[in-house]
Amino acid sequence: MSASARTLEPAPPVAPRIAGAMPSVAWLIVLAAFILLWPFGDRFAAWAMVYPRAWYVPAAAWIGAFTKWLVNEASFGVFTFTEMTRFMAAIIELPYRVALGLVSTGLTSGQGSGAVQHLPPLSWVAVTGLATLLGWRLGGWRLAALAGLCFVYLAVFGQWTSAMVTLASIMVAVPLGVAGGLLLGIAAHRWPRLERALTPLLDLMQTIPVFAYLVPILILFGFGPTSAVVATLIYAMPPMTRITALALRGVASEMVDLGNMVGCTRRQMTWKVMVPSARESLMVGVNQVIMLSLNMVIIASMIGAGGLGFDVLAALRRLDIGAGLEAGFAIVALAIALDRLSQAAALRSGAPPARGGWLSRNGYLAGALAFVVLTALVGLLVPAVQVYPKEAFVSTGSFWSEVVRFININFFDTLEAIKNAVLLNVLVPAKRLLVGLPWLGVAGLLAFAGWRLGRWRLALLAGALSLLIAATGQWEKAMITVYLCGVSVVFAALIGIPVGILAAERDRLWRGVQVVIDTLQTLPSFVYLMPAVMLFRVGDFTAMLAVVAYSVAPAIRYTALGLQKVDPRVVEAGRAMGCTRWQLLTRIKLKLALPEIMLGINQTIMFALSMLVITALVGTRDLGQEVYIALTKADVGRGLVAGLAVAFIAIIADRLIAAGVARTKRRLGLT
Amino acid sequence: MDQEVVAGKQVQPETPKLVCRDVWKLFGTAEKAFRADPKAARRDGLPAAVRAVDLDIRAGENFVIMGLSGSGKSTLVRCLSRLVEPTAGEILFNGENLLAADEKRMIDIRRHRMGMVFQHFALLPHLSVLDNVAFPLEIQGVDRPKRESRAKEMIELVGLAGRERAFPRELSGGQQQRVGIARSLAGEPELWFLDEPFSALDPLIRREMQDEFLRLQSMLGKTIVFITHDFDEAIRLADRIAIMKDGAIVQAGTPEQLVLSPADGYVSAFTRNVSKAKVVRVGSLMKAGEAPGPPIGVRATIAEAAPLFSAGVEQLPVVDPEGRPVGALARTDVVELMMRG
Repeated sequence: MSASARTLEPAPPVAPRIAGAMPSVAWLIVLAAFILLWPFGDRFAAWAMVYPRAWYVPAAAWIGAFTKWLVNEASFGVFTFTEMTRFMAAIIELPYRVALGLVSTGLTSGQGSGAVQHLPPLSWVAVTGLATLLGWRLGGWRLAALAGLCFVYLAVFGQWTSAMVTLASIMVAVPLGVAGGLLLGIAAHRWPRLERALTPLLDLMQTIPVFAYLVPILILFGFGPTSAVVATLIYAMPPMTRITALALRGVASEMVDLGNMVGCTRRQMTWKVMVPSARESLMVGVNQVIMLSLNMVIIASMIGAGGLGFDVLAALRRLDIGAGLEAGFAIVALAIALDRLSQAAALRSGAPPARGGWLSRNGYLAGALAFVVLTALVGLLVPAVQVYPKEAFVSTGSFWSEVVRFININFFDTLEAIKNAVLLNVLVPAKRLLVGLPWLGVAGLLAFAGWRLGRWRLALLAGALSLLIAATGQWEKAMITVYLCGVSVVFAALIGIPVGILAAERDRLWRGVQVVIDTLQTLPSFVYLMPAVMLFRVGDFTAMLAVVAYSVAPAIRYTALGLQKVDPRVVEAGRAMGCTRWQLLTRIKLKLALPEIMLGINQTIMFALSMLVITALVGTRDLGQEVYIALTKADVGRGLVAGLAVAFIAIIADRLIAAGVARTKRRLGLT
Repeated sequence: MDQEVVAGKQVQPETPKLVCRDVWKLFGTAEKAFRADPKAARRDGLPAAVRAVDLDIRAGENFVIMGLSGSGKSTLVRCLSRLVEPTAGEILFNGENLLAADEKRMIDIRRHRMGMVFQHFALLPHLSVLDNVAFPLEIQGVDRPKRESRAKEMIELVGLAGRERAFPRELSGGQQQRVGIARSLAGEPELWFLDEPFSALDPLIRREMQDEFLRLQSMLGKTIVFITHDFDEAIRLADRIAIMKDGAIVQAGTPEQLVLSPADGYVSAFTRNVSKAKVVRVGSLMKAGEAPGPPIGVRATIAEAAPLFSAGVEQLPVVDPEGRPVGALARTDVVELMMRG
């Protein structure tokens, strides 16, 4: 149809009306078929209602067997697969030990309690000072104060040791992730065929829930901080790869011409022209890698990363709200410091470097070195400089526990009433509805939507992926995932879109909202669980609250940005015609911002899905729980199959929405 | 006549520096169709960015390619240096067919014989003015002291001495393009491509940069291919102009030829509003004979000659650059030309 539309450009006036009527007719037929299948399917085609067990594809068993073979038997002749992974782990182990020694353990020899410390680690004063100095260098006194305060917080509240373990993992993972992503991105840019092969892989890696690939990593690399670094690398590299490829593609064609005209070889072209020209966008990628690494290092505490993540996890397991919140706040402090510092570095990368001799160019570096040496010397004399004294710890743990106890004693009925009302009126009916839907009907509907929006390719994708979910026996859990995700997204949109609309036109409000959502987005997903659990204990409602809190940011952001991006001339024209504010909003702005808002919803769904898996910790019964169980049992097959099912849901949603957005944009003439 | 007029300047007509023979550039499916069957493709009028272009650019000549956006002028100039691979044709540079050169040879030619100035300057943001200008030499592997002294010379040449340590974003547009010009000259090219170098600048700065360009050209005597969409700029700077439309060259000739005898309506649409007196040279309007009075050069424009008639003389002697009398210019002819606009 699109082909005929192109050839018949000055279409007769009847054509659009037919084209407009067609989809609704087609939709009606498909919906009617679906509704007929639903109540009567049971009698005629039970297999279409619930996917028959006999047809299950034992994918989990296959993957399990394959992993077993990989670990026990696979060999490259000279060395076995396991030897290779252990070797890789050992390679990563070395820089990790160095980083850990630097900020936490000091230079030691020997193992365990018999270890002897030869050289102390950087003292808390030194690390805090370095962070402050870096802040000063990158963004002046405000950033210096922020960075300094965040690190002081870690020391004062007794989180220093854990925070430094976390920081050590990040210090190893970030350079590796940036370098790996950069090289892959450059390769993808140079060889378009590689990029085409890489794109679906990157899509999968970014949508598959993090727990899912913790399982194979656990099997292949063992339990411990090195596996955590590997997991972090895998998690943080895809965005860097993508951003690199995009940034290189975004380099002005004149720059490429310049490189060719001065006679660059390919290598010179890459390193002397392309990468420097794309520097600013690349720095955004570095910020992404840092924040994603932090998120993952926290989650990877499940496979032995230790640090702050482990503290949160342990507190969650004990339901020790106070300790959990404290560790959570420490993560927030670390996240804010790292984010603001790396963002400032990205902004500064465009500024000209300092001039003058070595000392004036490297004054900060010289100052930092001097400071480190000085604090180390003072630390020998005054122990409080080396290690923050335990006596001066301020613990708010019991305070928070008291607060929670107070709330729970005095507002228990109110909170319980809210929870039950939402559960009974929204969550439970939605769950019943979705779980009761015939799988064939849903798969068919998705395929049909794919066909409407993107022809047979999208139809095939949507249909095949939903079939795969059913065939691997994940349908019911997938539906629970969809229900929790769907309800959360609806709530997030109900909150996010109005907030976005309000903020879009009010500069000061928007600036405030921006700070809040920026901060929300830098927080590792783990942190969101604490307050929800605190007030509502475990269950679907708690999970939903955490998911909504985590995923509301993109809904707000895209709505506000979409409204702000509406062509001011059109708005002016509307005002000239005498539109009221309400009319301006509903008739002009929201309509034109629709594609942007849809993209925001898409992002909200992606965020919700990634958070949903983590809420398995508070006892949901969806795919996330399946992955989590697999993780605790180290069952690779089960974990991957369930993880892939989540990824498939994400991909179906993403592709359908993206196609819808493209269609809407075309209709609005925005492309 | 073309030869005579150009002969006034130091141009050797017998040695074309750069020659295009039937150069085509098509993109995508059109290119495939063309490759499959060039003859049919010509007949069917496939969408071509560059269509059957023939050019002779002589050594030391300032050759301007003028066209509106989408006319294919930028693609053509990129074909000349093979930044864009032509679909068909022949490009001879000093008699060597560039399309037959391999990658290594092309890199060598671009490094040592060609320079290019870009519309949006294409300066590397992380390098200082000095390093930007020295960049082509750095790529060639010239050692630091040598390339920096060469770069300093170039910076001085374009009038930016003292700003060596500045970074591109600290400079105005005009200054940035001066850096671009200095950089393109650092490798001492014979062939100098300028792709709409002044289009991104304010009108006043543009005028200033055009003067600067003329000054540089009079000193350096490079062979120049200059791209512009501004007919006035073309008239001002060119020895010869080629006007492009839809990938093809509509007419090529001196500004005078274009103004006096436009090939078609498209060309005359540009020339109609050009004051002829500013373009037509004494050589084209003079007649045989002799006259008394102060002599004028054969290369002077009528606008420059006109004030000399204010004393009331009817005829003035015309001399060639060596000062030999070659004819006489009549007042009536001058008046008639100026009255025609």
